[in-house]
Amino acid sequence: MKFVDEFRSPRLISRTGEEIRRLADPNRHYRIMEVCGGHTHAIYRFGLKDLLPSNVELIHGPGCPVCVLPMGRIDDGLSLAAEPNFIFAAFGDMMRVPGTHGSPLEYKARGMDVRIVYSPTDALKLARSNPEKHVMFFAIGFETTAPSTALTLVRAKAEGLRNFSVFCNHVTIIPAIRAILDSPDMRLDGFVGPGHVSTVIGCRPYDWIAKDEGKPVVVSGFEPLDILQSIVMLLRQLRKGEAKVENQYKRVVPWEGNRAALRAMAEVFELRPYFEWRGLGFISQSALKIRASYAAWDSEQRFSVPGVRVTDPKAAQCGEVLKGVLKPAQCKLFGRECTPEQPVGALMVSSEGSCAAYFNYEHRKPIAIAAAAN
Amino acid sequence: MCLAIPGKVIELDSQNALQAIVDVVGVRRKVDLGLLQDAPPVPGDWVLIHVGFAMSKISEADAADQMRTLTMLGEAEAAMQEVRGYGLENKQNEQQDQSVPRLKQ
Ligand code: SF4
Repeated sequence: MKFVDEFRSPRLISRTGEEIRRLADPNRHYRIMEVCGGHTHAIYRFGLKDLLPSNVELIHGPGCPVCVLPMGRIDDGLSLAAEPNFIFAAFGDMMRVPGTHGSPLEYKARGMDVRIVYSPTDALKLARSNPEKHVMFFAIGFETTAPSTALTLVRAKAEGLRNFSVFCNHVTIIPAIRAILDSPDMRLDGFVGPGHVSTVIGCRPYDWIAKDEGKPVVVSGFEPLDILQSIVMLLRQLRKGEAKVENQYKRVVPWEGNRAALRAMAEVFELRPYFEWRGLGFISQSALKIRASYAAWDSEQRFSVPGVRVTDPKAAQCGEVLKGVLKPAQCKLFGRECTPEQPVGALMVSSEGSCAAYFNYEHRKPIAIAAAAN
Repeated sequence: MCLAIPGKVIELDSQNALQAIVDVVGVRRKVDLGLLQDAPPVPGDWVLIHVGFAMSKISEADAADQMRTLTMLGEAEAAMQEVRGYGLENKQNEQQDQSVPRLKQ
């Protein structure tokens, strides 16, 4: 297995693989969901599936922010920014995500003022240096990025900067996990918990998954060894018939999370009664909305948003793939109409999207191996 | 966007207690410390940065681990590009950097 020797402790990796095979009961089929898109990316890139016995199946979860954002929100954001003197600012990840009439990058080519920022505070700086324009920051992400947006809004308010607003699409991970567990077509045995989200929220918010649903959760790092060790920890619990929350990523994730980040979020955001997710539909209290005390910096409270709802292109099966019901290659468009170069769905855009990860590391694998052999 | 980038705190901003110059593999940029105000880092500390904000303090060994993880994931270049994009100081720089957005495929 080629990939093993590229990493630190190759021997440890193969021993961990053996441990997984020893722990997995051959009469059982395990379905383990990795919640976070960063883990999905790592699993495909490192070919970790090859190290797992066939009865330990990894199911890709909803933790890819651009993937779960319904197209209507992109359309809404872009239609606001079509006003004269608007600057549409967003992270690079958003730029190629298709809306009904094209991605932000395509709008830019048609003349819209679209800017890539790497931090929400850079959008704030854009507003300072372009006082005659309105800068709208199109905010996306789970609890990893939401605190940064929150502090940016605190700064904007303190400064009284009036030509800046946030179009908030921040979502929260726990309700999405709940929706997946509630869906009748999904049977899961345990979860590899998200690493960076947990830096903010800590490990307690997963307690109910163990206590009420009887499923183990192991918060995991992103190296091959981290992910494999987390699977070992899950299998050990399953073997003993236990269900608890464990933290494999202690070196980065404190059990209590980051309180300053949680305070910043509580100051600026409240829960939306419900929010639409691609594939998962409307999930109650699953997204963040800017509080009335920050209304002047909320694009949605300040401007009138069309609030369009559009369904994904009919043949696209992004929803089923996001729910883990279909594998990427089972989508009818995969690798044909939909490729990373010409994405139809957002799962093909982001490196955290399972379709892109599958395409780059599985689908292209024969080519890569052939190239390497030459 | 979900990249966690390790960096070393070089100096705190004398004008603004919530900012610091952080070094990421030789590239120095201003990073926001607002999310670490309960236990603010000091020069010499290592932090993990998300979208321009230091999000947690880590050890030097973990910082090295994290950089290697990014390299293994093929995201080291994207991470450096992100860091270079942070903390644009004056208008001129801003226009320079922003007018030529480079997209990683
Ligand atoms: S292949 Fe494209 S259309 Fe099909 S599920 Fe993936 S992203 Fe969606």
